[in-house]
Amino acid sequence: MNTLGNSFIAAYELIARADPTLLAIIGLSLRVSLSALFIATLVGAPAGALVAIADFRGRRAVIVVLNGLMGLPPVVVGLLVYLLLSRAGPLGELGLLFTPGAMVIAQAILITPIVAALTRQVVEDAWTEYRELLTSLRATLWQAVVTLLWDTRYSLLTAVLAGFGRAMAEVGAVIIVGGNIAGVTRVMTTTIALETSKGDLPLALALGLILILLVMLLNAAAFATREWSAARHG
Amino acid sequence: MDEKNTARAAAGTLLRVDDLCYESGSQRLLDHASFSLGAGLRTVVLGANGAGKSVLLRLLHGLLQPTSGRVSWAEAQGRALRQAMVFQRPVLLRRSAMANVIFALKLGRVAASACETRALTALSHAGLMHIARRSARVLSGGEQQRLALARAWALEPDVLLLDEPTANLDPTATREVEDTIMRIHAGGARIVMTTHNLGQARRLADDIVFVHQGRVTEHTPASTFFAGPKSAEAVAFMQGEIP
Repeated sequence: MNTLGNSFIAAYELIARADPTLLAIIGLSLRVSLSALFIATLVGAPAGALVAIADFRGRRAVIVVLNGLMGLPPVVVGLLVYLLLSRAGPLGELGLLFTPGAMVIAQAILITPIVAALTRQVVEDAWTEYRELLTSLRATLWQAVVTLLWDTRYSLLTAVLAGFGRAMAEVGAVIIVGGNIAGVTRVMTTTIALETSKGDLPLALALGLILILLVMLLNAAAFATREWSAARHG
Repeated sequence: MDEKNTARAAAGTLLRVDDLCYESGSQRLLDHASFSLGAGLRTVVLGANGAGKSVLLRLLHGLLQPTSGRVSWAEAQGRALRQAMVFQRPVLLRRSAMANVIFALKLGRVAASACETRALTALSHAGLMHIARRSARVLSGGEQQRLALARAWALEPDVLLLDEPTANLDPTATREVEDTIMRIHAGGARIVMTTHNLGQARRLADDIVFVHQGRVTEHTPASTFFAGPKSAEAVAFMQGEIP
């Protein structure tokens, strides 16, 4: 049997017996990326909605920059956060470098623009429909933001999911600021990178399979939610 | 009808429109419109598609800012008149019918404790109690527009502005919407609505503001208008109408 086949069998065994190392790595991955997503949504969704409906000078420039930031290279974000958090850096005293906290910060920076830019698109579409009603009802800017975010919540799932997918899948930022320390900052992607270069393919492959499976499941759940909401709310 | 109109109009001027113009790009959509409306009536802004009726209504409501000219509403007991507007396509939020009404009340700074009662009252007046808990966006076109009316009604407006509220509806739904408008008027709200439908204007109007290509060509009591319009544009419009 070839290497690929053997690796698949070994990977299956790791998953089947719920290998503790494997579970710890998956757990940390989810914790870091979900925390980053939470922060990104808290900041990015209202910011995106605000850009969608507020009328201010330089709005177009903000939109262009926001869309551009969706493509931020993870390694560059990792490097910047590294410089910020390193001993000599401005936030060095926090002692966050090489901790999951640093990884959350890096991923949050990476995906906040994604959540914001996609939210901006969704909310802007809704705003063209709701604008006259909300103006007629004398909604304040903030009331309009809250209303639009709530009314587009199912469409926004896609934005949030795109952010989560990006966070889970990136390796460049977390490997720099986390350091890939076993049992502390080792997540799925950094493990895959490391184990592959060491030649331990089964663990890498098992993690790869689970990563794909997780992303698939989340997308399926989001799809089902949107279908359900379309049927219920129109 | 004429005498009643005059009596009510004498009670005070509700709205003065002075030399109102609105331009979008290089197009003049409203051209030096001037008229005034008395209190208590149902005014129908009549005209063909694209005449500038909707623009006029939006200027009156403050959704558009005039290029030049003025819109001055009277005050009621020292406060600004409460206005509500209903649109051609009802804009309903993705929540229940009831929640749509409560949403408007909350934005209107109605005390939270009073919202539910007022919403239920408005829904029952509009004959929509049976759909109060249903999701607003899956209702039929007629129900959606009546819900938009109920939402406006709940705000207890002094003036209700309606922009072609039945343009997308079948005759039965149109009749129901017209009945609801009549009841809102009977409840004390001043009605200003646009339509291109002569039959509807006949059924609802106390007075007619006729708009043609951005100009107000006449403002006359409905009985006078339908007996014989003064402006050539209105005569042509009435001749062109399919009976």
